Amino acid sequence: MKELLSGNAAIARGAIESGVTVAAAYPGTPSTEILENLALYPGVYAEWSPNEKVAVEVGIGASLGGARTLVAMKHVGVNVAADPLMTFSYIGVNAGFVLVSADDPGMHSSQNEQDNRHYARFAKIPLLEPSDSQEAKDMVGLALDLSERFDTPVMLRTTTRVSHSQSLVEIQDPQPRKLKSYVKDIKKNLMLPTYARPRRVALEKSLAGLKEYSESSPVNRIEWRDRSLGVITSGISYQYVRDVLPDASVLKLGFTNPLPEQMIRSFAAGVQKLIVVEELEPFIEEQVRAMGLALAVKGFIPYTGELDPGILAAALVKAGIIHSTGGIAKAGYDLAESPAVPARPPVLCPGCSHRGVFYALRQLKLNVSGDIGCYTLGGLPPLEAMDSNICMGASIGVAHGIGKANPALDARTVAVIGDSTFLHSGITGLLDVVYNKGNATVIILDNRTTAMTGHQQHPGTGRTLAGDPAPAVDLEALVRALGVKRVRVIDPLNLAETEAAIKEELAAKEPSVIIADKPCALLTKAVQPAVRVDAQKCTGCRICTRIGCPAISIKDKLAQVDAAVCTGCNLCLQVCREGALVKGEEKHA
Amino acid sequence: MLKPIDVLMVGVGGQGTILASRVLAQAAQAAGYDIKVSEIHGMAQRGGSVVTQVRLGEKVYSPLIVKGGADILLAFEKLETLRLLSYLKKDGVLIVNDQAIDPVPVLVGAAEYPPNIPEYLRNTVPGTLVFDATEIAGRCGTAKAANVVLLGAMARRLPIERAIWGKALAERVPAKLLEVNRAAFAAGYELG
Ligand SMILES: Cc1ncc(C[n+]2csc(CCOP(=O)(O)OP(=O)(O)O)c2C)c(N)n1
Ligand code: SF4
Ligand code: SF4
Repeated sequence: MKELLSGNAAIARGAIESGVTVAAAYPGTPSTEILENLALYPGVYAEWSPNEKVAVEVGIGASLGGARTLVAMKHVGVNVAADPLMTFSYIGVNAGFVLVSADDPGMHSSQNEQDNRHYARFAKIPLLEPSDSQEAKDMVGLALDLSERFDTPVMLRTTTRVSHSQSLVEIQDPQPRKLKSYVKDIKKNLMLPTYARPRRVALEKSLAGLKEYSESSPVNRIEWRDRSLGVITSGISYQYVRDVLPDASVLKLGFTNPLPEQMIRSFAAGVQKLIVVEELEPFIEEQVRAMGLALAVKGFIPYTGELDPGILAAALVKAGIIHSTGGIAKAGYDLAESPAVPARPPVLCPGCSHRGVFYALRQLKLNVSGDIGCYTLGGLPPLEAMDSNICMGASIGVAHGIGKANPALDARTVAVIGDSTFLHSGITGLLDVVYNKGNATVIILDNRTTAMTGHQQHPGTGRTLAGDPAPAVDLEALVRALGVKRVRVIDPLNLAETEAAIKEELAAKEPSVIIADKPCALLTKAVQPAVRVDAQKCTGCRICTRIGCPAISIKDKLAQVDAAVCTGCNLCLQVCREGALVKGEEKHA
Repeated sequence: MLKPIDVLMVGVGGQGTILASRVLAQAAQAAGYDIKVSEIHGMAQRGGSVVTQVRLGEKVYSPLIVKGGADILLAFEKLETLRLLSYLKKDGVLIVNDQAIDPVPVLVGAAEYPPNIPEYLRNTVPGTLVFDATEIAGRCGTAKAANVVLLGAMARRLPIERAIWGKALAERVPAKLLEVNRAAFAAGYELG
């Protein structure tokens, strides 16, 4: 039976079919749906871990404990998990372990577009690159088999267009597996220098075996067609090559670390012109060149951004490999006369609890060290109340550093961080502020969910991935335990309270934490009656548009509130100086 | 080998493009086509643009449609039609919902929502079909079925039989909403 599955759903299915019984992840686009899908199957333990490092550690434990294991994350998650990963390759596995890294070329939903294939090489582990959902499913099973056969964690690397594209997949019956027994083996698993040194040597030996395997792997194959042009490619790029160069011979690599050198050499020898087509970094290309093989053209595909068949065709024409983009990039209609198209940027939802905090920060003209989540939208117009963001959890350390660099900035700088992000990697930053006597003021935007990635549970929500009740961490008690004495909880949709709290805490010469306590508006769907505009009082001053609520607009020089969109959060009432916005009346039944 | 048929669906988060693409995919699969669907998730919930690409044919490789390559552009919102119009191939089919959803720059007066989009589209793309799917859906029982009206209008342009569409709809739409959606689909089909 064939089913239309996204790459992520196929990976979950592949895990089930190949006997995975433990899975761990932290959400992140484009990887999130893997665990969400896995959690739907009975007989699997699947958890949201607080961050990716913990997820990998849980996975290592599960493998040692004898269960086939899958751990998933977005590309930048692997940075967080790199520490355990780099040594996991030394100890190897008991039961099979696959790490799914979902990369995001083009940064559809990410802060960078790092190419995580480099991690596989760096950590010296096998790397699989599926090019559609069927391969994504099949490669989970292959990864687990290889993991056990070569005693190593295996990376399965997808990209947005593999994870989030749907294609037909042949469904098979799950293979039940017995738990392996736990074995105490300190020479293998206790990485003190004495034992680590021989494991380092063993790792090279295992890599040599993997290199040999690569030559005969069923996922590395040559498709002979016209031999005047040969293309080496992997992952989603394979699909683009088939569309743009339907007649070319292709060496399709599904197993890309270590590369099958002999296979590449014999492919090169069998074609007149050789090129490499890959997205992002020249990962394969550089290694092929290091083999001393001549490429007809090098570096002809942009290293930045997402590839697509149109870009590939244009690059091939420019490089002189084909003469016209003909079959692919056609001319559409002449749109020279098209009216200007205003942008449609994402915005905080109507009633979003973050909005009050960012409006207050903007009013106070503070330096805002930001973090990652829905609230990062508070940095875009019209609010524009975030100065920087780097990676999850960075806001607190950055604010602390700004204060240490120039104490005069201390009283003007706040860190803003979401609840999921704080629990992911903000706690240690705050610990540093306390320990090293900083003065940072930290605002935790506690909307009780991981909203950005689609509302996942986390250790503060009181529910697990499976939806079961769980202990919810008490943020206030947690930050007090770290040594923060000034902790207060505010309602972020009460502007006066929010502004006053921020001012007072900035003035204090010690670390302070403000917990902005209000659930995500999409989560509660608690809709109050919509706000009304009193046309007699509205002067058309536009102040209310500065909060960036999509329910508010200006029509005929007067404010308008779209009653179908307004949640009645009443934030706008507090910014209008004319009293022209009026609280909606409860409808009495 | 037959070249795949490329369908681009564009709209704004919350307009039901996803359900429409599910029904299309279901129908295409039942009709025996290979199929790929690609959508960008992420910030759609926060009012951003939504683009779903559907390719069906004997064998489909790339999940992505190239500029100038779409056989059909099905637009749930007028402004998004303009934004993605460069993807429509010459002689392609353009079906547009006559609905405007103001983006924030327009709401706050920083930009203007272009007037007369339907006129521009009709002049640029011969045979453009523009209608108010929301209003038609309302007459069928719920304005929320506008997505299915649009789907119905497109259905006739695809080599998939009417009966297969009916089945696909039944499989993808919750039972209690099926009657309304059947009516919405039929109303769209009449127009298409
Ligand atoms: C290392 C890493 N993992 C995951 C992500 C994806 N991601 C970005 S923000 C975020 C969490 C947002 O939750 P929260 O901090 O509670 O803010 P909210 O979106 O709810 O406002 C996640 C999972 C990332 N950018 N980096
Ligand atoms: S999903 Fe929730 S947190 Fe994100 S913008 Fe909407 S209301 Fe705010
Ligand atoms: S219009 Fe006012 S009350 Fe309604 S959601 Fe927007 S800010 Fe809240």
